[in-house]
Amino acid sequence: MATSQILLEAHEVAKHFGGVKALHDVSLTIRRGEIYGLIGPNGAGKTTFFNCLTGLYRNEGGHFVFDGVRLLADAPHKAAEIGIARTFQNIRLFGNMTAIENVMVGRHLRTRAGVLGAIVRNAATRAEEAAIARRAEELLHYVGIYERAHDYARHLSYGDQRRLEIARALATEPKLLALDEPAAGMNGTETEALRVLVEGICRDGVTVLLIEHDVKLVMGLCTRVAVLDYGEKISEDVPAVVQRDPRVIEAYLGGSVA
Amino acid sequence: MSATVVKWSLASQRRWLGVVLMAAALIAVPFIAALGGQAWVRIANFAILYVFLALGLNIVVGYAGLLDLGYVAFYAVGAYAYALLASPHFGLHLPFWVILPFGAALACIFGVLLGAPTLKLRGDYLAIVTLGFGEIIRIFMNNLNAPINVTNGAQGITLIDPIRIGDFSLATSSTILGLTISGPQKYYFLLVVLALLIVLINFRLQDSRIGRAWQAIREDEVAAKACGINTRNIKLLAFAMGASFGGVAGGVFAAMQGFVSPESFSLMESITILAMVVLGGMGHIPGVILGAVLLTGLPEALRYGIEPLQRGLFGRMIIDPESLRMLVFGLALVLVMRFRPAGLWPSSQRRRELTESVD
Repeated sequence: MATSQILLEAHEVAKHFGGVKALHDVSLTIRRGEIYGLIGPNGAGKTTFFNCLTGLYRNEGGHFVFDGVRLLADAPHKAAEIGIARTFQNIRLFGNMTAIENVMVGRHLRTRAGVLGAIVRNAATRAEEAAIARRAEELLHYVGIYERAHDYARHLSYGDQRRLEIARALATEPKLLALDEPAAGMNGTETEALRVLVEGICRDGVTVLLIEHDVKLVMGLCTRVAVLDYGEKISEDVPAVVQRDPRVIEAYLGGSVA
Repeated sequence: MSATVVKWSLASQRRWLGVVLMAAALIAVPFIAALGGQAWVRIANFAILYVFLALGLNIVVGYAGLLDLGYVAFYAVGAYAYALLASPHFGLHLPFWVILPFGAALACIFGVLLGAPTLKLRGDYLAIVTLGFGEIIRIFMNNLNAPINVTNGAQGITLIDPIRIGDFSLATSSTILGLTISGPQKYYFLLVVLALLIVLINFRLQDSRIGRAWQAIREDEVAAKACGINTRNIKLLAFAMGASFGGVAGGVFAAMQGFVSPESFSLMESITILAMVVLGGMGHIPGVILGAVLLTGLPEALRYGIEPLQRGLFGRMIIDPESLRMLVFGLALVLVMRFRPAGLWPSSQRRRELTESVD
């Protein structure tokens, strides 16, 4: 069935801040198992789109259908609950908590222990705590920063912080992982390592939505790409086609890639 | 292998030694304090009572990062709950083991009621609103003597029952195995037991799913939401848990004093408790305990020490100890914030402890 292949549909999503139209009826479709790129010049509305999708903003028009269910974008924690995890453009970690604690917070959603369990510390709670710690360790391994597990998040290097944010997002068991400029500020080696990581995440069954400025990374990594400009989607296709789209070249890529 | 076993057993021996010494010290305190008069035992009792309050506030301020300036409201709720249910005022004389949990639960409910309207507020705004709530509760206590006399207004409620187990009252002194134990000393032991329980609960909450969620909200509320934390519920839980400790403290306070009046629950009290948390080390249980003990003990020591000192130096009293107390209090806050902004005993050692335990 066609619908089961589609993970996320955005229908004419619109958002404005005062008189500024940040998103103008943006529609796009993300299929299961793909790495979907969302690019565009600064201020094109990419992050606004992310924020609407993850419930941080309330979009004025349009709606999202995720995994066959219409999203009621009223609370970010509900978006996380149905399987949308995200990272932030300006890394938002829990700085005064250790790396492993950051990932353990990500398990909050999929675990249950309450105050009483915490105080009594019964067998079920202890087992759950152990499982949370184990999963967090696995995820730190997975993103490659296990040896920094007990360092405060704010003491990690920039690249490690980006990885930690991805580990924390993965801890919520997402179906869709939305990465907001994960390669920003990274050098060539770090970007390459990130590419390998994102490919691995996708191979392990998580669909990825990627906002990125690094056009080379997007073109090499993504199965499909949409381009936003002034809040409007001006192109959507496989990278090779998007790259040759005259509107895209005019709006954004210019001579830098062509 | 054998080396690590030896090391471990040494460590555990030292730990047990620490526990035994701590226990001995806790038992000795009321007897040593009594050498200086029963007043000092009462001061020790208040120090522990403030440990309850500071640890309760620490959940809200230290863990969840919500600046609450009206915490004393929950202390008042607990105290009045005890006073009304165990005094001639309504002719009710319920036993303490009914009232203390009831007072804690009632404070919990007030925590949620007062927390709910503030959920969208942060920082200064939250502080101002909670400050207002604290005052509202106090003013209610002050004016709820008409048309129906509930709280007896500014006169307060007197003749509150002491805590009593059967015929064994904590208010009077009695002789056990040839050892005479005064009323305040009995309360001291009750308070220590409760304090140990509260400290244990705090440690367990800190390293739990809920504790991590609180800290996540403190660190970055938006990121916490994006991680799937229902910040509304988790914040209310922080208010409720923090308030419940205040309620217990209030109940014991009412029983110990035998008298409550709105005067005891002023804004100054909220600020003092907050100062204990901040000065000791926000979010760090031993630090908060230290802050509570220091800020209760030092002003008293000052009060008793400064008078003979001034008489010795100048032959008469120049500065009233009470005004000097506020001066020293303020100076201590300024100095700590200048030189140890994270508090006297912050949780910086935590990371080292963790890496050591891995080794």
